[in-house]
This record gives sequence, C-alpha cells and structure tokens, in this order.
Amino acid sequence: MTAALRRHWRFWAGFVVATLLIAGVVSYVASSSPDGLDSATLQGCQVVQTAEGEQLTGNCIAQHATEHAMSVSPLAEYTVFGHPGGVGMAGIIGAVVVLALAGGVFWLLARSRRSGS
Amino acid sequence: MSVAISAMHMSDGLVNAPTSVMFGVLAIAAVAFCAWRARSELDERTVPLAGLVAAFVFAVQMINFPILPGVSGHLLGGALAAILVGPYTGVLCIAIVLVVQSLLFADGGVTALGMNIANMALIGVAAGYSTAVVVYALVRRRHLERSIPALGLVGFISALVGTACAAMGFVIEYAIGGAAPTSLSAVAAYLLGTHVLIGIGEGVITAVTVMAVSRSRPDLVYLLRRSRTDAMAAA
Repeated sequence: MTAALRRHWRFWAGFVVATLLIAGVVSYVASSSPDGLDSATLQGCQVVQTAEGEQLTGNCIAQHATEHAMSVSPLAEYTVFGHPGGVGMAGIIGAVVVLALAGGVFWLLARSRRSGS
Repeated sequence: MSVAISAMHMSDGLVNAPTSVMFGVLAIAAVAFCAWRARSELDERTVPLAGLVAAFVFAVQMINFPILPGVSGHLLGGALAAILVGPYTGVLCIAIVLVVQSLLFADGGVTALGMNIANMALIGVAAGYSTAVVVYALVRRRHLERSIPALGLVGFISALVGTACAAMGFVIEYAIGGAAPTSLSAVAAYLLGTHVLIGIGEGVITAVTVMAVSRSRPDLVYLLRRSRTDAMAAA
C-alpha cells in the first residue's frame, strides 16, 4: 500500500469507527434530562412520579403532546424491545440504517446526474 | 394524563393539524428541490462521505449534553453537514436522520416531521451554511484558508447561528398553530437562551469534526472545494 492510499484508508476507517463508538458506547453516558425544546414545553408543569408513570401537573405545552404513532416500534425511545440497556445496540442499528438509506439515495442522485437527466 | 418525556424534537400534538399539514407539504417540496439541486454536489468521490456524514449526525444527535441543571441539548448538525457535503446534500442528510428517528425510534412526532425538517434541516442548514460562507470569506481575506484553527472557527460560529435560528423555527410554528397556554414571548426567550447554550456545544462538536476532516482530506470538504472552483473560475 502506498502512503497516500494508507492515509485514505485510515480516514474512512476512523470516520466509521468514530460513528460506531459514539452511537454504541458514548450513548450510554448521554444526559437523560429533557433537552432545550422539551424543557420549554414543560415550563409551567411539574413532573410527578406516580404508580402509572410520569404525570404532569400544572399548565404547559407538553400536556398537549400525544402518544407517538410509532411507539410500538421495537426500537422506540432508543431501546431494544423496551430494554433501555440496549441503547448502544439501538444506536448502532440506527447508524447503519441511516448510512444505508442516505448512501443509497445519494448514489442514485449522483448516478442520475451522470446519465445526463 | 400521562406523558412520556422523550428526548429530542417536537412531539405530535404541540401544534394544530392544519399547521402540521402546511409544514409537511412545505418540507416535502423543499426536500424534493434539494434532491434535484444536490445532484451537482454529488459524485462518486463524495457519495461515501455524504452517507457517512448522515450516519455521524444520527450518532451524535443521541448524545445529549447538560447545559443547565435539569436541561440538556444535542447537536442538530445542519451547519456541520452543509460545510462537509454541501447545503443541498446537507438538508437531505438531516432530513433522512429525522425520518429514521421518527419512524424507527419514535423520536420526534410523525405529524411533526414536517416541522422538525423545516427547523433542523431547512432553517438549520440555510442559516448555518450562509454564516459559514460569510465567515470563510473573511478568513480567506486574511489569507488563513489553509489554517485548520480558522476552519474550526468557521464551524463554531456557523453551528452556533444555525442552532439559534433552528430554535426560532419552533417559535414561528407555535405562533401559527400552538395549542397551548404558554405565552409566545416567554417561549421565544426561553428557547433562544437554551439554544445559544446548546449552540456552543454544537459549535465545539462542529469545529472538532470540520478540523479533523479538513486536516486529513481537505479535498473532500465542500466549503473548501467550492471556494477552490470559484478561484479557478476567477483566474
């Protein structure tokens, strides 16, 4: 392998490994606090833990949120079949799905230009 | 009433149905336009990077970092994607991430998908990329275009601006069709404050990533390629 080829190979390998490590490992230490948008929609409400789960008391935007249509997905909320310990696996599956989908779409777009349309 | 507190993105029901439909139609039209324009940004050499950038944005969006006690934030990725692979391809990267998150991970409402695409893909990329073009022009005027830290600065500033503008997208949608009690100015002020903090985190991640790619493969970075073509055309 030439030096240039080795450098190119290292770049792609580094990018892939970084993506998999972030999705599969770093995801375990992500903050579970609501993000800026969620916390804005929670202004005016208190989150109370009850037997039926988290309830909102008070008056806020988040009370209008409805059940997610895809909450039946086995990967819903970055779990694997509801197990929160599967976040790393869920992350890696998601990254691979996005790579395949985006790669496929971009390849088709690049090809459609080449064929002169 | 029980509501699951989900991380990231707008949920269903925060904004009324007509507004959701309007932004859904807008998002479909804009993504189709970007797909048409993205063909001039994509070739055999850049397709792998574009696909990887989308996967990378998905991965980094999972990492919520704390910004205030009890409040977190995560990368949106519009400026990052646009700098690396071009604005039209960048919109497609973020839109694909949002579709997969919504349909596979129940993250971000299905009816809110149009609004999430409008905020993070369209506004985030438009504001982030135009800022990057302006700041990079200033960097070139000082003959620093080969300086890796200068490129990091371009990434930092454009990501910060892109994130703050994307949050204002929610304010617009809430003003049009918000179904709830909080006052618009209170929502706007709170969102701007938190998203400037989130934007600083986004800026650091964007700067580190842009510097890493520019150091090993400057030939692949869209912002640098585009300027080189301009320079050749001017010569």
